[in-house]
Amino acid sequence: MAREGVLVHVPYERMTNEQVLQIHQASMQILNDLGLLSFNRQAAEMFQSNGAEVTSVSSGDHPSWHVKIPENLVQRALDSAPKTVKLGARNKDNSLIMKGEEPRVFFVSGSETNIWLDVDFQTYVKKSDPNTEVTVPEFHPRRGTVLDLCHAAHVCEHLETLDAFIRPVNIQDQDITGDNKDVNKFFASLNNTTKHFMAGLTSLNQLDNVVHMAELIVGGKEELKKNPIISFITCLVKSPLQFVEDTTDTLMEICRRGLPVVVSSAPQGGSTAPITEDGIMAQINAEVLAGITLSQLVNKGTPVIYGSVPVRARLDNLNDSYGAPETSQYNIDCVQMARFYKLPCYATSGVCDTKTPGIQTSIERLFSDILVTLSGPQYLHCAYGLLDGNSIFCLLQAVLDDAHFQMIKFFLRPPRISQAEIDDSLKQIREVVATPQKLYIRYIRPLMRSGKLSMPYPFEGDGETDNVLALAYERMNQLLSQPVEHIDAATTSRVFEEIPGILPRLNIYK
Amino acid sequence: MAEDALKLIQENVVQGRVTQEDEGLDEGMVGQPGVSELVETALAQGISVRDIINKGLTAGMEIVGQKFDAKEYFIPDMLASAEAVGAAMEVLEPHMAESGIKPKGKIVVATVKGDLHDIGKNIVSILLRGAGYTVKDIGNDVEPQAIVDAVRDEKPQFLGLSALLISTMIHMRDTIYALTASGLRDQVKIIVGGAPVSEEFAKSIGADGYGADGFDAVRVVESLFAAEDK
Repeated sequence: MAREGVLVHVPYERMTNEQVLQIHQASMQILNDLGLLSFNRQAAEMFQSNGAEVTSVSSGDHPSWHVKIPENLVQRALDSAPKTVKLGARNKDNSLIMKGEEPRVFFVSGSETNIWLDVDFQTYVKKSDPNTEVTVPEFHPRRGTVLDLCHAAHVCEHLETLDAFIRPVNIQDQDITGDNKDVNKFFASLNNTTKHFMAGLTSLNQLDNVVHMAELIVGGKEELKKNPIISFITCLVKSPLQFVEDTTDTLMEICRRGLPVVVSSAPQGGSTAPITEDGIMAQINAEVLAGITLSQLVNKGTPVIYGSVPVRARLDNLNDSYGAPETSQYNIDCVQMARFYKLPCYATSGVCDTKTPGIQTSIERLFSDILVTLSGPQYLHCAYGLLDGNSIFCLLQAVLDDAHFQMIKFFLRPPRISQAEIDDSLKQIREVVATPQKLYIRYIRPLMRSGKLSMPYPFEGDGETDNVLALAYERMNQLLSQPVEHIDAATTSRVFEEIPGILPRLNIYK
Repeated sequence: MAEDALKLIQENVVQGRVTQEDEGLDEGMVGQPGVSELVETALAQGISVRDIINKGLTAGMEIVGQKFDAKEYFIPDMLASAEAVGAAMEVLEPHMAESGIKPKGKIVVATVKGDLHDIGKNIVSILLRGAGYTVKDIGNDVEPQAIVDAVRDEKPQFLGLSALLISTMIHMRDTIYALTASGLRDQVKIIVGGAPVSEEFAKSIGADGYGADGFDAVRVVESLFAAEDK
């Protein structure tokens, strides 16, 4: 068994087939004529030995190489990259099977923010009428900790629509260092959710520890291949068109281990890519294809996901504007390009510009969540709980987002229209018009509890009061009080014995 | 024996089953007697009308109300149960006088002149029947004079007026004027309701009560009925 996600029967596409081909050809021109600047020697050598034109650009502290990638190299990579990618899970029922040609969407949290937003509720008295009180939410930002990450994974385990977990908060405890961050973020997450876990890697020297941890949890190397409970995100391209040294190393090492990996690029339309739709698409597509080509040169058949995080620049401060409609346009186009290559796609939605939960947040998030979902990406990083671009995570917002995705998933159910259904409805209409009241209400009852009707918004206040945030907060605490299936005691003990650096306070058995 | 029969009536009110053909909520209920049949059987067994009403129907509706408050039940459930009670009251009506039970009251309902919207009125009618009232529904787009005639002929304790449009709600006032002009105003308590209607408007036109929704309308009628009954 695997998670169902939601199948988009008729995916929304912006580009015509001809336009898709034009973007593809423009990307090929970029790769072949312009090429990428690689700050990674190993990658440059690998491209060169496989027929790319590579020239050394400079020497000194930051040597770099100009790599022109011929179309046939890209095409070979596209042929060898698996068209179906499985992401496993501690609970195998939570696995994801992603097929590049099937627009089945899985909803995923993420990504790493530095700020964790606490919420509490304070009561104020109206100055002009001391008998009137109002309770309002107050938000308190602070640096994220490993315990916060545990809580986030715990709640996400229970969010019905959330299919896989990308850590939403950077762990910044005093005893977290560059060397132990990876093992702690992987253990904190895996121990609190049985869903698939994906993350970027902070230190390449921790890759083997992380992989070994996963092997211990699933029961060995072979088991991990069959059930890859972890996967990685690598943003090896710095836009425009540069392979960065360290992340490129990371990608290559992950590929050598055969684990699933997202090759992503995150250009900002207006600053690190053209702001026009055709321009940013030609560039981001070239950048992602370059990464995918490298992945297949390192290890043919590496399960790779076409990763896209394009965003438009704000014109007042040049920050990312995830709330801008163009950001959704870019992402939807990327989904279409990935489908053109028959590769599973990691797309982005739901990131917003606002700093606290509220009306603007819901508008911005829902706008892109609905649109990008309709385009049918397989792995939708829809950023449960994220605020202020990629800067703030609020668990309360993640709970609100889950309710929104329940509505989106319901909306995407295929129409139930058949001759049998129509016959039933005609019978119903005939019966009702013959009654004095002419009401269909009694016919709702058999459907009401069948799951065929959508449920009311779960955070609706009574009467005219807006109680959404307080009710979502209540729900968040309910979810935190529900147990999760932790890694068993014996495995935990082995993990702590064999993997150095995991904080003792994460061992729930001690 | 009697307790079992009353319990069954209560359960079927909760299920909202009028007759044996109704599905109710639980599986496998089709074919088993609904409230109408159960009430007839209870009467045949000699169970008193008072017990059927109090321990069967009303007790069932109390459970339904609790489920509604707990958001376990929704409007369609309430209406199904109210319909079941309304049907039971029709079965019981011929036996009420001989049992010494005073009928709860009669209410004429109408959607006022110029307004064809009758969903609200129909729902209120079902709920009032479920609460034990006799309801005379005289339709929609009803001229003030036709309402005056109905009040004169039916002699109801209550008159319910409904309107959905701002442009038609004014005819509620016209209707009340017509009742006053005909000398019938003091013989009937008038409650008004509908989307554009408010408590303030109800007072301004001289109505006796305002129902914000169907359930509120029943509460208002009940409270006016209790005050009148004292």
